[in-house]
Amino acid sequence: MSWTWFHRLASPPYIYGLAARLTPWFGWAAALLILCGLYGGLVLAPPDYQQGNDFRILYVHAPSAWMSLMVYTTMAVAAAVGLIWRMKVAHAAAASCAAIGASFTFAALVTGSLWGARMWGTWWEWDPRLTSELILLFLYLGYMGLRGAIEDIQRADRASGLLAVVGVVNVPIIHYSVVWWNSLHQAPSVMRFGKPAMPPAMLLPLLIMLAGFTLLFAALLLVRLRGEILNRERTASWIRAAVQA
Amino acid sequence: MSSARTAAVQPVAPHLDASGWPASPVGTPALAAARLVLLRDLTLAFRRRGELIQPLAFFAIVTTLFPLAVSPELSRLREIAPGVLWVAALLAALLALEFLFRDDAHDGTLEQYSLSGQSLAWLLLAKTAAHWLLTGMPLSLIAPLAAEALGVSGTGLAGVVASVAVGTVALSLIGSISAALTLGIRRSGVLLSLLTLPLSLPVLIFGARATELAIRGLPFTAPLELLAALAVLGITLAPLAAAAAVRISLE
Amino acid sequence: MSHALEAENLQLWRGERQVLRGVGFSLAGGECLQVRGANGAGKTTLLRAACGLLYPEAGRILWDGTDVRADPAAYHARLIYIGHEPPLKPDLSALENLRFWIGVRQPVERSVMQAALERVGADRWSTRAVRTLSAGQRRRVALAALALLAVPLWLLDEPTTNLDAEGQQLVGNLIEEQLVRGGLVVAAGHHELPVSAARVRRLELPLE
Repeated sequence: MSWTWFHRLASPPYIYGLAARLTPWFGWAAALLILCGLYGGLVLAPPDYQQGNDFRILYVHAPSAWMSLMVYTTMAVAAAVGLIWRMKVAHAAAASCAAIGASFTFAALVTGSLWGARMWGTWWEWDPRLTSELILLFLYLGYMGLRGAIEDIQRADRASGLLAVVGVVNVPIIHYSVVWWNSLHQAPSVMRFGKPAMPPAMLLPLLIMLAGFTLLFAALLLVRLRGEILNRERTASWIRAAVQA
Repeated sequence: MSSARTAAVQPVAPHLDASGWPASPVGTPALAAARLVLLRDLTLAFRRRGELIQPLAFFAIVTTLFPLAVSPELSRLREIAPGVLWVAALLAALLALEFLFRDDAHDGTLEQYSLSGQSLAWLLLAKTAAHWLLTGMPLSLIAPLAAEALGVSGTGLAGVVASVAVGTVALSLIGSISAALTLGIRRSGVLLSLLTLPLSLPVLIFGARATELAIRGLPFTAPLELLAALAVLGITLAPLAAAAAVRISLE
Repeated sequence: MSHALEAENLQLWRGERQVLRGVGFSLAGGECLQVRGANGAGKTTLLRAACGLLYPEAGRILWDGTDVRADPAAYHARLIYIGHEPPLKPDLSALENLRFWIGVRQPVERSVMQAALERVGADRWSTRAVRTLSAGQRRRVALAALALLAVPLWLLDEPTTNLDAEGQQLVGNLIEEQLVRGGLVVAAGHHELPVSAARVRRLELPLE
């Protein structure tokens, strides 16, 4: 039955080899898309009628923010697979996601802060998007902290996996409550655009950047995953042959 | 087979299976089991009566920090009173969380609960309920006193009690998950807080808002209902996650 | 028709160490399995795996022919597991401990608990806080639970630790009675249990 592909995915040597083969494809495609997106966004797109050229930081900020959430979701899904089917590779994948996701979150916060500095003159604003990103960063740090505090890898996997699943369920609740909180005090948001919907010339580079960032995540994930597998399986016999190859 | 019972004690054996053993899986009904767990935790807490006061004392001390750090003017304090109350309550609840499962994990009680044939989630809910009765409920009763000390006048104090009570229920439940996840980790106090705080931010937001509206004499049903919704969600889901985390810690 | 416990080819890792390599056994009603091995050979691990607390990477545990993972709650209701340390709360008395420990599983009355404590010679200190008792006295209180709960499977880790000669004989008597009733006992430890040899099966766990 078609479950064989599922069980093959669970095999560390198979994933190790597959990751090695796929990484260059993802990597180069990501580089290409990001370069195109940056050119389109920084050079080709017309200035926003309200914010002038300042809005261009959106082309790094929005994909980073989007990825920070997507990586967390991926991490939670991988953890859930690992918990339900007791798959070591799934746990290794979840572990590999964490630092990448935290970096995207940090990038989103920094670019958001820079943007705010241009617009409002202050390095920080408690607007709902930035606040949600900050909380997401804390969730990542909590995950990595829990993982680091437990010595036994199996137990660390399962505990942090459960935390990731609980976290992903909470993210919408947290986001809603932050938006609700912010609306009480009518603080303006940094991220609003000019009233007309974004023209294609502005939108297209954004989508390209998004695709590029996604492929970048995939490439980084595969690289880290290989490292994770290498570390976890270092006493296994297939490692020696694989490393020499 | 049954003639060979030589023990001086006849254990309770309602119905017997083909081998002569009690056939019904678990003799004690779930509600009675939960009552026993609750009773046990309350009994244990009262054996060490001195420790019961600690979360409350901590709450009082934290509340005192703000006038000292900000200003003794009641008009200024009144403005920040809801926030102060909630931050103090949150910190006190966090401190008390460390001891929710700690002792039971250490002496094998949690292990016995997971092997009892009863639903572990149900038993942990009973433990969390006992924990709330010992920490959250007293906190919600002295919150009005702290509010008065921060310049809040008599009206709306019932709202303060209600919002802190419901909020601390949700906090205990959310905290039970992170307390279960950090079992067996040495010096886990800070990690426990780091894990619990982001998850409890919605409680803080709705709770502080409800308290603020109550203090100002305005209707506070909207945030209170949201808070209650979180508490209900917590009652249904948190014990399941906590039970899974306990089982992970027993592996 | 009696109960049966089987373990098939258990493989279990703790961290990076493989503790159980293909361990298997078969136990029928009226039999006692004595698990022996040096420190670190995996006796406690095997007991905990048999309870369902630990999850083997390969192999399975069968109770009456069905995998225990199919219905863990029903399986747990048929067993009692007593580990190295008796699960007693220091601030409660022996009576209170038994009431909360066993009462969660089966309704117990005070008179029945008192009789069980008498049986194991612990009735004289039944109302003192457990923290005032010695290790041997605590072990006896834990044994009272065995006299109290009617379950077919006993999993005992080092049941004779801290007990004097009379206490060890008590353990032997309790186990014998359980076996005569058709129950099963799995006991891990270094000491030879004072149980009639005909009913004892042995399992030796190798070290590494």
